[in-house]
Order: sequence, then C-alpha cells, then structure tokens
Amino acid sequence: MNGQPGSFRRVLPVIEITLLVLALPLPWVLDEFWVLFATKICILALLALSFDLVWGYAGIMSFGQALFFGVAGYVTALLATKSGVTSIFVLMPTAAIVGLVLAFVVAVIVIFGKRIPSVIFVALGTLTGSYAVERLARGWSWVGGQNGISSLPRLTAGSFEIEEGMIFFYIALAILVVTYVLVRLLVRSQFGLVLTGIRQQEGRIAFFGYQIQSYKGVVFTLAGLIAGVSGGLFAFHEGFVGPGQLGPVLSTQVVLYVLFGGSGTLVGAVLGVGIIELISYALPQLSWLGESVTAFLETGWPIVLGLLLLGTVMFRPTGLIGLLVSDRERVGSFGRPGRDDNAAAKPGHEPA
Amino acid sequence: MNLLEVRGLTKVYGTLTALSGADMVVHDHEFHGLIGPNGSGKSTMLKCIAGAEMATSGTVSLSGRDITRSTPPERSRAGMSLKFQITAILPQLSVYDNLLLALQAHDTMFTLITSRSRRPLHDEVMELLTRFRLADRRDELAGYLSHGQQQWLEIAMALSRKPKLLLLDEPTAGMSPQERRATGDLLQPIKARCSLLIVEHDLDFIKDICDSLTVLDQGQVVASGATSDVQNDARVREAYLAHG
Repeated sequence: MNGQPGSFRRVLPVIEITLLVLALPLPWVLDEFWVLFATKICILALLALSFDLVWGYAGIMSFGQALFFGVAGYVTALLATKSGVTSIFVLMPTAAIVGLVLAFVVAVIVIFGKRIPSVIFVALGTLTGSYAVERLARGWSWVGGQNGISSLPRLTAGSFEIEEGMIFFYIALAILVVTYVLVRLLVRSQFGLVLTGIRQQEGRIAFFGYQIQSYKGVVFTLAGLIAGVSGGLFAFHEGFVGPGQLGPVLSTQVVLYVLFGGSGTLVGAVLGVGIIELISYALPQLSWLGESVTAFLETGWPIVLGLLLLGTVMFRPTGLIGLLVSDRERVGSFGRPGRDDNAAAKPGHEPA
Repeated sequence: MNLLEVRGLTKVYGTLTALSGADMVVHDHEFHGLIGPNGSGKSTMLKCIAGAEMATSGTVSLSGRDITRSTPPERSRAGMSLKFQITAILPQLSVYDNLLLALQAHDTMFTLITSRSRRPLHDEVMELLTRFRLADRRDELAGYLSHGQQQWLEIAMALSRKPKLLLLDEPTAGMSPQERRATGDLLQPIKARCSLLIVEHDLDFIKDICDSLTVLDQGQVVASGATSDVQNDARVREAYLAHG
C-alpha cells in the first residue's frame, strides 16, 4: 500500500470496462446453453452486488439477502400465475418494492435502534429470518409448498414476449450495468465516505454526529431493493421459484461469491459470481479426473467450494480482486481538490 | 457563563466506584484542565461527559441543557466534540478525506448522496489543514503521518464542526517536546471560538495553557479553581506526593 495518491495505478475502471466489453458480444458467440448461463450470472451478480454493498461497504454481515431475493421472486410469480400480470414494467418495479419494503422491515428489527447493533446480532437476525421464511414457504401449499411455483409465463413488454436467450441476456445485463453504475456513484460519493468511516472506525465517527444506524439501515434497505430485482428476474428466467431461493443456503452462497471475488470493490462480487458458477458447473464434468472423482464431484462439489472459501478467507482476505487492485484504490479517494489548490498547500512546519 | 456543568457525577463498574459525586464547571472560552494521579477517574469522567460511558448517577449539562442520557451524535449536535486518548483517525483514508468526513457530519443524507457539499467544504478543509500544518500532506494516507501529526489531525477533526466545547484526552501523549510546544501553540488560538476541557499527564503543558483546573483523586474532586490557586493547594500536593 502506498501513501502517495498519485503513485497507484487505477486498475478498477480497466477491469470494469474489460468485463463489459467481453460481455456485450456473448450472445453472438455462445450457443444457447451458455447464453442462458451468462444471463444467470448477470442476475446473480445483482444479488452479489447487494451483499457487497451491505458487507463490503457498510460492514453489515447479512445472511438474509436470499430472503429479499426469494420473496420478491415469489410475489412476482404469484402475480403472474394468479393474476396474469406478465409485464416486465409492472413485475420488476414490484420486485424492487418488495425487496425494499421487506429489507426496511428487517432493518427496523435488527439495525435501527438506540445503539449500534453488533455484526453477530445482525448476522443471526437475518439468518433466522431467512430460515423462518424458507420453512414457511415449504409448508404453505398456496405458494406451492416444497415444489414452489413452476411453469411461470414469460415476461412481456407490451405485446412482445421476452424469451430466455439473447433478449433476456441484454435486459439482465442492462439492469446489472445501470445498477452497478448507480451503486458505484453512491459508494464514491460523500455518502460512501461515511460508509468507509463506518467500516474503519464505527465507534469513532459516531462522535462526529453521524447516526450510524441510519446509514446502515439505508444501505441495507437499498441492498434489499437490488436483491428484489435480482429475485424477480431469476424467477422468470428459470421459469420457477422455490423455497431454496429464500433460505440460508443461497444467502451463504452469495457470501462465497463476494468473499471469493473480493468485497468492497463491486466488480469483485461480479467476478466472484462468474468464477464460482463456472467452477460449480465444471467440477462434475471433469471426466479426466477418473470415474470415482467425478462421481464424488457430482454431489460433493459444494465441499470443494467450501474449501475454496476457507482458503480465500485464510490466505487472501481481499479476494481475487486483491491480486490486481491495491488497498489504496479499493478504499478510494473522496476529496477532489482542484489544481489551483496546490498553491494553498504550501509546506508547513515539520515537527521534529 | 457556565458552558459545561457536571453535578454529582458517579460511575460504578461492578464493585469498583471509579467516580464518586464529582462536580465541575467549565465556563465559556475557558481552557480547563482535568488532572489527577493514575486511576483517579479522569478518563472515566471525560467519557461520561462525552457519552462514551453512561454515568451511574449525576447530571451533565451543556449550555443549560441536560445531556446526561444523550447519545454521542446528540452531544455532537449540541456542540460537544471529543479527541480520544488513543488516536482514532481513519488510517486508510487520506488526510484530506479524514477532515472532509468530520466536516460533513451534520449534512443531510441527501446532500451526501449527491455530494453537494464536497466543493463548498473544500475551503474549510484546506483552512484547517493549513492551520494544523498538514496542508502539504493532505493527499497522503493518514496512517502514514507521524504520531504528533496524527494527534493534530484528530484535533483538527474534533474542531471542524466548530464545537462550543472540545474535550481532549491526553493530546500530547507520545509527543516529542517540540511537538508538545507546537500543540500548545496550535491550541491557543481556539480560545476565541470555544472552551476546552483537557485531560493530561504533562503538568507543565497543563499549567501553560489552562486557565483553571479540577483535580481528581480516587474518583473524587479534591480541588477546583484557577490554575495558580489549585497548584498551590495543599490537598493537591498531597494527592500527587502520595502517588509518588
């Protein structure tokens, strides 16, 4: 880490633009299966962004992102199957609002309050909420019970039916890019400076007058909105929503995406989703490893992922992105002094 | 006029009474020193005043308003600011951003999201940096400053919101004699703007800059008044001599 601001290379924009440039032509060069796969990555990247926002920027360990993701998926699926609403312009805003409202309710319970909540309290609170709602969905026949809701109709835009494939990919990518840009603007704003302060010296900055709980609550609620949109898109892309999309397993998977890719950079979360999903898909296909190994990997690939997470946390806490991005760039710079200000910055007295 | 009024302040930790019925008054534009031997309750009293600890009993008033049960952000908004004993700057942020963070604290969330006060606050940041001799290091990470400069940065951060009362917990701890002198020089001009309550072990430093003193021993106030009167008080001499 270098103390001089001008001496570090700005790598993040290069990675971001490279990823976008690589993603844009994908539907033209990949076959249908891989286009569906890439769309799924775009949608899950939204979910990972929501977790990176809460953990990587506001220091909130949330095991409840799947709760907002899944409930938004269920609500939009129910609207489509029971009321016949299929318009993307109705269903996606609905998913966003469901995620936002639900996250706000959870924030009222576990974040807002007189005292700053501990990381463990919020982690257990969100985990419990996620688990409870998953159990509820499994036992509630009106929402399909164990089987969930399947055979969802396609999303529509006016009279146009949005098929899974190229169009769906570009819609998911567009939503991801817009969300990414907005979140990036937020975390590089003066608000983001407060989040950085919260992450580094939570107790200290309360003495400046910051209501830490309010900042955390707002970030948590916004992240709920993003997870909601992700859940809505996922349900209609897969044509199915089930209890597995609500529970702690998916929430933990999101933690893995972000920690593996590198938290607090946004692009690390996106990379994490891509790499983990590719590994998850590829592991059971590695026939050259021998029949017994392949048979083990067919069901045991989560163990490999678990070991991967363990290794990352122990040996590379900044994740994969930490190999490319310096700590200084990751934290960022928030003040923007103009050039003429150098005149005011005359060397002062140097203490002995 | 009384700015800070502490009445019957008591703090009990389990079976240990760290502070027992302490009274103290700090007036407007006054530099007030809080001294005492190790374990006398100085830092506990400062923490109870700042809101880092809740008093077991007693009252703390600022400008006549009872703030005994207020949270740290509420006290900050009432005009109180604190510099911790252990330097609590943000080491991974630049010196400039540390000050910006302190200065923008009372802006609305909407203003911060839209970064509307970044430009208007720039001149204030630069003025403070220049005053505290940090302007030429503004873009460096705060963690790279010398210990003395980190203390100055934290004092600048504590002063940035123009508080009525600044609480300083051992501001010269770990400083060289030159840095200590420079710190005294940096603090003197703020008397025109606010009052200062300072906890410090360096009695020479305290005598040089404080108008009045409160002396604690074993959690109780043994003397309070003008610096010249208190340093000649027999009970004060006894308290210090008894602790070597």
